[in-house]
Amino acid sequence: MPALLEIDHLSKAFGGVAANVDISFDVEQGEILGLLGPNGAGKTSLFNSISGEVTPDEGEIRLDGRRISGLGPVACAEAGIARTFQVVRSFDSMTVLENVMVGAFSRHPGTHAAMRAATDVLTFCNLLERADRPAHALSPPEKRRLEVARALAIEPRIILLDEMLTGLTPTEAQEGVALVRKVQARGITILMVEHVMEVVLPLVSRAVVLDLGKVLTIGTPEEIVHDPEVIRAYLGEKYAPAA
Amino acid sequence: MEAIPDNAITRRRRNELRCALAVLVVLAILPLPISDVYTQNLIILTLFYAGLSQAWNILGGTCGQISLGHAFYFGVGAYTSTMLFTHLGIPPTLGMFAGGAMGGLMALLIGWPCFRLSGHYYVIATFVVGEIGSLLFLNWDWIGGASGLYIPFHGESWINLQFRTAKLPWHYLFLTFAAATWLVAWLIDGSRWGFAWRAVRDDVVAARSLGVSVFRSKMAAAVISGFFTGLGGALYGQFVGYIDPDSMMTGSLSVLISLPAVLGGVGTLWGPVVGAAILIPVRELSSTFLGGSGRGVDLMLYGAMIVLVALARPQGLVSLLALVRGGRNARTA
Ligand SMILES: Nc1ncnc2c1ncn2[C@@H]1O[C@H](COP(=O)(O)OP(=O)(O)O)[C@@H](O)[C@H]1O
Ligand SMILES: [Mg+2]
Repeated sequence: MPALLEIDHLSKAFGGVAANVDISFDVEQGEILGLLGPNGAGKTSLFNSISGEVTPDEGEIRLDGRRISGLGPVACAEAGIARTFQVVRSFDSMTVLENVMVGAFSRHPGTHAAMRAATDVLTFCNLLERADRPAHALSPPEKRRLEVARALAIEPRIILLDEMLTGLTPTEAQEGVALVRKVQARGITILMVEHVMEVVLPLVSRAVVLDLGKVLTIGTPEEIVHDPEVIRAYLGEKYAPAA
Repeated sequence: MEAIPDNAITRRRRNELRCALAVLVVLAILPLPISDVYTQNLIILTLFYAGLSQAWNILGGTCGQISLGHAFYFGVGAYTSTMLFTHLGIPPTLGMFAGGAMGGLMALLIGWPCFRLSGHYYVIATFVVGEIGSLLFLNWDWIGGASGLYIPFHGESWINLQFRTAKLPWHYLFLTFAAATWLVAWLIDGSRWGFAWRAVRDDVVAARSLGVSVFRSKMAAAVISGFFTGLGGALYGQFVGYIDPDSMMTGSLSVLISLPAVLGGVGTLWGPVVGAAILIPVRELSSTFLGGSGRGVDLMLYGAMIVLVALARPQGLVSLLALVRGGRNARTA
């Protein structure tokens, strides 16, 4: 049986910039997989390929063994891939509940059914008391949670979280971590980008480290923190253990 | 059947419907005591532009695709209905739906290439395509070319939408038109489509990540908008009894169609209504006092109004109402 999500020799360049080079890894059903790497490593670009926003130049992405790369974001969403955005996006003319309803409509065509589903998701994300606020009036951490809520509303099989904890205070980040665990408990697979190792490593079963568009290493948190290549990429040459 | 959820959205929508019913009743009674033809015409035109701008608003407001080519759909609707009437004897009560269908079809054909453009490029493209369309009609002899078409009078008739002097029929006809477009906009607003279109307007990338097909949304909004614009054109043709490309298809008419919505509040249900109620009387008064010396004057007037609203209230005049209501809520909260 194939893994839930397979990234198979994927490459993507923008003009002269090779954002992703020959990337391969699998995401297993039910796991939380971390995607790490310094700024510009190609994490967001990879998310754009997986969510169908861009088409890879080479290689293939499969969900449940079915190719989804090149089909576009709408087909990817329908297939069960949801995402959040590193730079928060929201439908600012709408309320919080309406934002989430946009996603809910993809599984519940009727307005009242979408309303109920969106309300459930807001409850799940601890946002129900904000339901009737305009989306633009939310605080930054609430906006992050709205992104997750909207993504969950399409009832995905896998959710891609792009730096949803970045820029939050430790307390807010803890709430974010709790939400991620709740999402996993729902049976939804998670691929999360985060570059603060202390936050991510306790959450994930495995992590993929990217550097300069390439896979540097894949392993358990334990393996990652002791990997000399990772230390070099993150902390620079002088911290690398002497060979 | 599960009960209808009781939340801010369903309550707002119920209120909108109640408001609309009240307004409808007032507007149905309004013409009864009025005998002055000038005032009657003014009200009729206001109702007409409220409906027409609502049709424009479905695409330009809800879906955020600002079109300056709507006069073309309007003209196509008028010509379709008129040609069906004069050549085949099909009454305009049916012909107006054919006119609407042609308007919708044109909106699809024009949308197909234009929706690949975004922002200002889209706006310019709709304007240019609309002007080209009107040039084609100007040079098309079979439909009267530049000299236009007179709609033959076949006697007073609701079937043919022809009334010699009576104004009340026109009042109720255009009131129905305005009410119908409002109702359609209201229905869309509460449906899956309305949510998708507003999502497309606010943020395309987020919209498509949630499974909203951007191109299909724009096309659907365009068809519905084009349909009611074409239908409005057919009605207007019957009202004036004469159509030509110069009065039915110009760029300045496209601006006039969009203007009530822009003034009143783009993408709001009441924007086109409020905007028309201000714009149309001002326009008529100015042409009475300044004389019909040239179309330049009204264009200058529209320009000034747009600049004024853009500077003072970019969300349109109905947002003033929200401000009042918001202030009250803030105090009670
Ligand atoms: N749409 C794009 N157009 C041009 N360059 C891009 C685009 N997206 C990403 N890049 C480039 O690809 C590289 C990887 O960026 P990104 O995937 O955003 O990194 P990360 O998310 O890991 O910080 C960067 O050099 C960035 O400038
Ligand atoms: Mg990034």
